[in-house]
Amino acid sequence: MKPPKFDYYAPTDIDGALALIAEHGEDARFLAGGQSLVPMMNFRIAAPAALIDLNRIPALRGIHVDDAGSLHIGAMTRTRQLETDPEIAAANPLLHAAAAHIAHVQIRNRGTLGGSLAHADPAAELPGIALVCDAEILLHGPNGKRTVASDSFFDGVFSTAIADDEMITEIIFPPWPNQRRWGFQEISRRDGDFAMIGIAACFDIGGDGLIAGARLAAIGAGDTPLRLTSGEAVLTGQAPGQALFTDAAFAAIDDLRPGNDIHASAAYRREVGGVLVDRVLTEAWGRAL
Amino acid sequence: MTVLHRIKLTVNGNPQDCEIEARMTLADCLREILNMTGTHLGCEHGVCGACTVMVDGVAVRSCLMFAVQAVDAEITTIEGLARDGKLSALQQAFHDNFALQCGFCTPGFLTTAEAFLAENPVPTRAEVQRAISGNICRCTGYVSIVDAILDAAERLRAESTP
Amino acid sequence: MTGTAHKYIGKSVKRLEDERLLTGTGAYVDDLKLPGMAVMAILRSPHAHARIRGIDLSAARALPGVIDAFSAADIGPELPLIPIRLAPFEGFERFLQPPIAVGKVRYVGEPVAVVIASDRYVAEDALELIDIDLDPISAVTGIEQAVAGDVLIHEDAGENMGSRYTVGRGDAEAAFADAAYTRRERFVTNRHSAAPMETRGLIAEFDAGIPLLRLHGATKVTYFNRRHLAVAFDLPEAAVELIETDVGGGFGVRGELYPEDYLVPIASRRTGRPVKWIEDRRENLMATNHSRDIVCDLEIAATADGGILAMRATVQGDMGAYIRTNGGVVASRAAQFLPGPYRVPSFSCDVQFLITNKTPVGTLRGPGRFEANFCRERMLDLMADDLGIDPAELRLRNLLEPAELPYRIGELVPGDVNATFDPGDYPSALRRVLAEIGYDDWKDRQGDIIDGRAVGLGIACFIESSAAGPPETARITAAPDGGIEIRTGASSVGQGTETGLAQIGAEYLGIDIDRIGVLHGSSTLLASGGGTFHSRNTVMAGNAVRLAAEALRDRCVELASLRWNTEADELSYRDGAVHRPDEAAAEPLTLAELATFARSRGGKETLSADAAFENEGKLSYSYGAHAALVAVDVATGVVEVKRYVLAEEIGRALNPALVVGQAIGGMMQGLGGTLLDHMVYDEDGQLLTGSFADYLLPTSANLPDITAIALEEFPSEFNPMGFKGAGEGGIVAVAAAIGNAVALALKPHSIVINELPLTPDRLRALLRAVGA
Repeated sequence: MKPPKFDYYAPTDIDGALALIAEHGEDARFLAGGQSLVPMMNFRIAAPAALIDLNRIPALRGIHVDDAGSLHIGAMTRTRQLETDPEIAAANPLLHAAAAHIAHVQIRNRGTLGGSLAHADPAAELPGIALVCDAEILLHGPNGKRTVASDSFFDGVFSTAIADDEMITEIIFPPWPNQRRWGFQEISRRDGDFAMIGIAACFDIGGDGLIAGARLAAIGAGDTPLRLTSGEAVLTGQAPGQALFTDAAFAAIDDLRPGNDIHASAAYRREVGGVLVDRVLTEAWGRAL
Repeated sequence: MTVLHRIKLTVNGNPQDCEIEARMTLADCLREILNMTGTHLGCEHGVCGACTVMVDGVAVRSCLMFAVQAVDAEITTIEGLARDGKLSALQQAFHDNFALQCGFCTPGFLTTAEAFLAENPVPTRAEVQRAISGNICRCTGYVSIVDAILDAAERLRAESTP
Repeated sequence: MTGTAHKYIGKSVKRLEDERLLTGTGAYVDDLKLPGMAVMAILRSPHAHARIRGIDLSAARALPGVIDAFSAADIGPELPLIPIRLAPFEGFERFLQPPIAVGKVRYVGEPVAVVIASDRYVAEDALELIDIDLDPISAVTGIEQAVAGDVLIHEDAGENMGSRYTVGRGDAEAAFADAAYTRRERFVTNRHSAAPMETRGLIAEFDAGIPLLRLHGATKVTYFNRRHLAVAFDLPEAAVELIETDVGGGFGVRGELYPEDYLVPIASRRTGRPVKWIEDRRENLMATNHSRDIVCDLEIAATADGGILAMRATVQGDMGAYIRTNGGVVASRAAQFLPGPYRVPSFSCDVQFLITNKTPVGTLRGPGRFEANFCRERMLDLMADDLGIDPAELRLRNLLEPAELPYRIGELVPGDVNATFDPGDYPSALRRVLAEIGYDDWKDRQGDIIDGRAVGLGIACFIESSAAGPPETARITAAPDGGIEIRTGASSVGQGTETGLAQIGAEYLGIDIDRIGVLHGSSTLLASGGGTFHSRNTVMAGNAVRLAAEALRDRCVELASLRWNTEADELSYRDGAVHRPDEAAAEPLTLAELATFARSRGGKETLSADAAFENEGKLSYSYGAHAALVAVDVATGVVEVKRYVLAEEIGRALNPALVVGQAIGGMMQGLGGTLLDHMVYDEDGQLLTGSFADYLLPTSANLPDITAIALEEFPSEFNPMGFKGAGEGGIVAVAAAIGNAVALALKPHSIVINELPLTPDRLRALLRAVGA
């Protein structure tokens, strides 16, 4: 399983990368962590004529929390760092926890946040986390920068809003209130496999004791990660409790759009998606802060 | 016209010159160009872990990296684990705990475990099981491998305790 | 050999093989590089069933770096057919496979064309340039479809039924007619493959001038393969050398004759260069033997208090598109082992072998047994539930008692009419497992919810044969430098053959094990050999080494008598030397000194001895029990195996650590086979599980707390050292035990657990159907 030939470029800055993608267009692919692209090339399912290696661009690495409390993560940040970095754990505990579910440590040592979002596997964790956290994706193109909200970013299986001449440079997670409740669970065939179905949730409890800012997202349940707005609607403005969570789970099932594959049927994903919504909300509510 | 890249890799502390296509994976470069056949190919799609090496101290799938990407990195393979002809604590522990049978997956487990113990020198059994869950073994059923890694951790602690 | 203190036998001696494997200096076939070597890649059929209209190799041949390319048209018209080595049932001869597709392709993965190039990267580039014109035909992808025969896979055969026979004993019909209790169920064991970590590989050096065909990467049955390849290539046997390298696992699939065993030599002959072919994982999953694909319609008849009267079954094996070397082993063993270690006075089984458009089927660790045990043990639990009898109690009522052994089963074994279970105590092994897992603590809690999950403890009993096949050979040579070399006709696929045989050699020669080196498998080592399959190494190769050691000792005494000019019967051999009765007269003569002496004699002989061990087809039967404690998340269908206990009576352990390693390794493979491994084809015969992302193998995250017990209570009477094979007992009852555990955990829901694998999706579908 040897990959087909390609021309290899290793630019050292963003402009260099953009110039290369402009020059090669559709024939070129960016090489981030390579943990999704290289297997496809080894199977000869992907055969880009040119690879633009992003691993030598310092500007794409690094994390910082800005004055407003938003977490800025460079596109080439390794998922391993998301799992281990205390600054990220403090700035977004849901992202931190979910990262540990991604594949295995050897994959996380190379895989990147930007790469995962650009690859847009419907069963991948990070797109789901970006969606549930309302993250923004910063894109650089020949005409400058633009941000895309995550709920407009994923538009199909392995398909995103990134134009042919653009690249992700940064992902920005909104400020995370200390008291925010969160949870993430997925069901996979084995530890580290792609989720058959996974649910991420977060919500705040107002001073009135009622739920505000409820966000529910599913992975593995459609062509893209999905916001489960029907479930969110049930939660909003209500006092948290087991009965409410069960109702929200029931409603959320309507938002799932799962397909069948050899690992699980659509019926399984729908049913278990509901179970996980219930469990994740219960976990979130019960988590000590 | 095949474009060849002349690169310098540092493998087990030694500089190595190679002239290769960009598409040659790090695994194949080690095996075919540098004649270091200890790193094995089990799947070539990043699942089985047999090809695991250490790049700058962390475990990676060498079948999913191109050799040209590994310049400026310190690569450690199974051939670099023994020191001065003496088996490392991990290698010795694998031997003492019967943690290998056919041996094909073993290089990947050793490099994974080496990187793991460097980061987590006092692991629990559950942590070890999780740390090696990205490596497949068809022969041993894993129990002896987990035992070996815990054993090695103890030996390393004993060695470093004055 | 009871009551004698042993230095090596029965001890967990550390492995001789480890040093090179731990340091990355092993030599697996892909590690070898020969001067001038080229690399081969194979174009494999993308269709399950199609007529070949044309193959255009011109663009591939023209690619720089490509040395040669060929298809059937270039190497025909007379192509050899892959022979059947085992279980050659009548009718199979119509379904043999040529090494490359001729006129038709019959499974996804069948070789269609070959490219030889400077390296594998270029070879794969060339494969993409081959133009094949295929006319697809409807694919036969299921047993029922095969039986119906509307589409024929081998037209000349006139049917898709490879072979069919019936075995039985007693009078099943009468038993069923009168029985107070009967039950009938249909069980499905799914298609698996072994997926050893090392894929297959070969390097052929074909020099037509000498002539010489040397094939590296052979294993398992090198002498059989040599014999056959010599005929296929019209060479004398002495001109064919099968060389065994380090091997990355066998599990029954590696070492059999495959198309590539012909194609790689042909490539070398055509190009005049050594040619290497290494299977990649994508190929491995579609081209290396599959197994276990069995449907069993099983009926049981019993008395009102659960005494089995009869079993009646139809066993249908999905053999894939061709019958290859393992013939009908899988389904025939499934039939033969259906009664297991139980008292089943009447038995009748219709065994069918169906041809389909899938990868051909061969042996996989515990072939037929894994399947039979699942079917029978599930049925016993269903019967226990129906009759209100505790599952363990039911088994103890029906297991053959020690007094009933030996027990002949030859009626159920085609070709081995004298097959007989040897002495043992099956109930005792079950009791040991029940005690170890704490059965009494769990038997009244089946289906209880603990920490949010339903728990179940399932049990299963098994019996397993080993050490079949031809005699095994050994030669031991003592060198003047003190080194001792053991040559064996057996192979090593990673199970510690070198260590085990060195233990025996060291023990019987009375020397330090460090002096011993073991050479194995290659056909150049000895004139003949039996090979490694059916867990026979310890029994066959081990006893051959012992006989050779004893013969070497005798030779030493003979030489010493010449050297000292004394009567041989005054001398004795012990601890690596020959001793005179009056020690003061001379120092003992060591093996090294005797070897030197032998060299110095007129004929310059070596000090060596040959031996062969033959067990006259008397298989030994290991037996035992498994127990699994599972926790099932009813809402998600996820099964966790929390605790697993297995015991196997193996007669005598040569190396306890290696025996436990086999048991645990087998158990985890079995866990995969129950919950994960699944070769899935769509209705067009496309293999959907073509990578490790889809064909799932167990990892350390799946580990239960495992206890593997080797019982050494009944040394085998069929070999002097009392060994039985211990390589497969760990796997054979896993689906049975876990299947029963899951069924018991889900008892309140009354769902049917009759089909593997027990995936979350399957369990939830069953539960959903009953509203759970």
